[in-house]
Amino acid sequence: MERIDRRLGLLFALPVSAILAGAFLAPLLVVAIFSTMPQKVFDFLHWPDFSSYRVILEQGYWRSILWSLGLAFTATALLLVICWPLAYGMARVFGRFTLVLTVLVVMSLFVSENIRLFGWFLTLMKGGLIEGHLRAWFGQGFEGLLFNVPAILFGLVYVYLPFMLFPLAQGIAMVPDDARAAAFDLGASRWQVFTQIELPLAAPGIMVGSLLTFVLSAGAIAEAKLLGGRAVIVIADDIETAFTFAQNWPLGSALSMVLIAVVGTLVILGLRRVDLDAIMGRRR
Amino acid sequence: MTPARSTRIVLVLYALVVIAILYLPLVSVGFASVSRARYLTFPIADYSFRWYAEALASETVRANTLISLRIAAVVTVVSMVAGFFGALAFARYQWRYRPLFQKLILLPIFFPQAVLGLALLIWFNALGITPSWKTAIVAHLVWIAPIATLIVAIRAYSFDPALEEAARDMGASTFTVLREVTLPLLMPGVVSAGLFAFLLSWGNFPLSLFTTGADATLPEWLYARMVSGYAPLVPTVGMLSVAASFVLLLAGLALHRAFARRRARGPAEE
Repeated sequence: MERIDRRLGLLFALPVSAILAGAFLAPLLVVAIFSTMPQKVFDFLHWPDFSSYRVILEQGYWRSILWSLGLAFTATALLLVICWPLAYGMARVFGRFTLVLTVLVVMSLFVSENIRLFGWFLTLMKGGLIEGHLRAWFGQGFEGLLFNVPAILFGLVYVYLPFMLFPLAQGIAMVPDDARAAAFDLGASRWQVFTQIELPLAAPGIMVGSLLTFVLSAGAIAEAKLLGGRAVIVIADDIETAFTFAQNWPLGSALSMVLIAVVGTLVILGLRRVDLDAIMGRRR
Repeated sequence: MTPARSTRIVLVLYALVVIAILYLPLVSVGFASVSRARYLTFPIADYSFRWYAEALASETVRANTLISLRIAAVVTVVSMVAGFFGALAFARYQWRYRPLFQKLILLPIFFPQAVLGLALLIWFNALGITPSWKTAIVAHLVWIAPIATLIVAIRAYSFDPALEEAARDMGASTFTVLREVTLPLLMPGVVSAGLFAFLLSWGNFPLSLFTTGADATLPEWLYARMVSGYAPLVPTVGMLSVAASFVLLLAGLALHRAFARRRARGPAEE
C-alpha cells in the first residue's frame, strides 16, 4: 500500500510540476541570467557585468522599490485590522450568513480587476458618482479624490481584501473553542484571550493572508496607474517601462530580481512555519 | 461560548457595509453604461441603451471576446486534469517529495503576476516563440493550475482513504480505484476548480498584458481604452463581461446543487 502511494504521488505530481518547471522556474532562471547582462542587449551571449544593479542604485530606481514595499506593508496592516472582525464573524458568529458572504466576496473576485478599479475611478473622479451627486444635491463640490497616495492605498486594500479575508477566517476557525473557554474560566480578560489565545493559534491564517496581500500589492501596477495617476511610480511600473518603452531588458530583469528576492525570502521564511495540511482541513 | 446579540448585530452590519463597498464600483460602471452622453458626468441626465447596441455590433469586441473564450476554455480543461492529479499528490498520497511539491504549487500564487508575465515574455523570446493567444494560455496556467490543484486538494483532504483501500482489498486495480472511487468522490472539487479556472482566466489582466502579443483579450482591450482616455464603450463592455461571468457562476452553483442532491438521494435508490 505504502509503495503504491509513493509511486502514484510522484506520477500524479508530474502534470502540474511540468507546467511549473517549463513556464515558471525556467523563465525565472532566464530573468536571473538577463539581469547580469550589459545594458540594452537582447540575448545572453555577452559577458555578465551586473551593470543593471549599479543603475538601480545610481539612478534612483530604489525609490520605486521602497514606495512599493511601503505601500504593500501599509495595505497589509490596514487589511489585517479591517478583515479581523469580518473573519471573526465568518468563523464564529454568522452561521449560515457566512456562506452568503463567501459567495458574494468570491463573485466580486471574478470581475476583472481593472473593471473594478475603473468603477472606483468613475466613483471618485471629479464629476463622478460621489462628487457629481454631492454637487447636484448641495451645490458644493470638491476636487475629486483621485491621483494621490491614499487613492492608491485604497485601491490596494480594495482589490486584495478577499486574499486577506479567507485565510484569516480559516485561521480563526482553527482556534479551538475549548482553549478560549478555558482561558475565560481561568479569569482571562477579553483582551488577554485575544492576544494570548486567539492571535497565536490563528497565526497560520494570519501569516498566509498577510503574505498573499503583501506580495500581490508589492507587485501591483493597475492601482497606481488607474487611481494614482502616477502620483507615485511603483516598481512594477518601472519594470514595465524598462521592458517596453526603454527596451532595456537587463534593467527590467534586475528590477524584477530585486522584487523577487524580497518577496521570495518573505514567502519562504513565512511558509516554512505554516502547516499546510492543517490549514487546508486535513482530517485528524 | 456564544457571542452577545449586540456583537452579532454590529458584525453583520459591518459585513453588509463591506459588501456594499465591494460592489459600489460596479454600480458606477452600471450607471455609466446606460448614460447617453459621450462624456460622462454624474448625476446622469439622459439614459439610453445605445452603447449596448454598439458594443454588441462591434467587430473588435467580438474578436476579443472570442480570444478570451478560447484561452479560458483551454485553461479550464487543462487545469481540471492537472488539478485532479496534482491534488492527490498534494493531499492524499504520502510520498517523499510531497512537502517540496506543496511549496512548488504555492510559489506561483505568491508571486507578482505582472512580473511573471514579463518573465514569460523573455522566456518565449529566448525560445523563439512569437507571443499570441496560445502563449497566454501557458501564462494563465502557471497561476491557475496551482489554484485548481488547491481547490481539488481541499476536497481530497476531506475524503476517507479507507474507501480506496477497501476497493483495492477487494481486488480492484489502481486504475479501477481511480475511476470508480476517487474520481466520483473528488468530482465536486474538480467542477469547482473548473469554474474557478474559467472565471479567473476570463477576468485576468496582468498575465495577459505581456503574453498575448498582437492578440488582445477583453480585459486588455478595456484597459487600453481606459488609459487612453474615456471611451463610452468601456463601461458597457465591462458590464457585459461581468454579466457573462455572473450567469456562468450561477449556472455552476445550480449544477453543484443538482450534484449534491443526486448524491444525497443516490444510495437509497440503488
